[in-house]
Amino acid sequence: MQTHEHSLQDYLTGLVLAVILTAIPFWVVWTSAFSAKVLFGIITLCALIQVIVHLRFFLNISLKHTGKDYLTALFFAGVLIFIMVGGTIWILYDLNFRMM
Amino acid sequence: MRPDILQQAMAEHHEECLDNREFGFWLYLMTDAILFALLFATYVSMFRNTANGPEPIDLFDLKHVFLETACLLTSSVTFGFAWLAALHQKRQIVMFWLIITLVFGLSFVYLEVIEFLDMIRQGAGPQASGYLSSFFTLVATHGIHVSIGMLGILMMVLQVMIKGLSPQVCSRLFRLGLFWHFLDIVWIGIFSVVYLPVFI
Repeated sequence: MQTHEHSLQDYLTGLVLAVILTAIPFWVVWTSAFSAKVLFGIITLCALIQVIVHLRFFLNISLKHTGKDYLTALFFAGVLIFIMVGGTIWILYDLNFRMM
Repeated sequence: MRPDILQQAMAEHHEECLDNREFGFWLYLMTDAILFALLFATYVSMFRNTANGPEPIDLFDLKHVFLETACLLTSSVTFGFAWLAALHQKRQIVMFWLIITLVFGLSFVYLEVIEFLDMIRQGAGPQASGYLSSFFTLVATHGIHVSIGMLGILMMVLQVMIKGLSPQVCSRLFRLGLFWHFLDIVWIGIFSVVYLPVFI
């Protein structure tokens, strides 16, 4: 079962973290503070952390209190996304490279 | 069977039904996440296929995207406040926060529609190139989800007003909340994959 108990503190913590994690990539891209590779790295890292922050504080998913069924579905979706998206990008870039 | 035992059994049955619906909705969200992930994969594969048409760097505006992001994030938190009020059975406050959420959701969709119309006016509609087709498919699918979510919020305002905060209504509000927060997560992907890399 998914827990319904949220607290105001959860939402406010989530908001503060989300604002910081949104502001960082926008700011570094806006000012072009670093080289392209570093910028990509920062965007990816902030996005991944922000997804976890949203899952934890807004959707209230926690490894302890959320039901097993929910977590299994979530991880399974994650695995499928990893295989399908990773596979698509890998194959198409490889194909693109060979067609050059 | 004694009536009180029967009543308790019925209550438990109803609670189980709602639990099942919430889990079913969660499964739907996971399949939706896979759908979006594949639209992202299509977008990334099409990134260079602009067919000598308009380039993304000339079409996007970082400030505009930031404003959209702010609207959606704020609406996610205000929905959270509505849910907190529902947990405390405060009807008026639930309706208040839901309407605030609706206002931010509307601003988001308004900003997005303006952006799309502006692009189409510049000759960068979905038919201009493979890149733009995949852009419109991905971002508009998210936009349509948000619009449907707003319809849901409107329905929930009416239900809270007419039916009050019964367990059924609360369960619906909870599921809509999952949907709304989920859409905010998809938007993180959109600004990180679609918009920001263009400006590097």
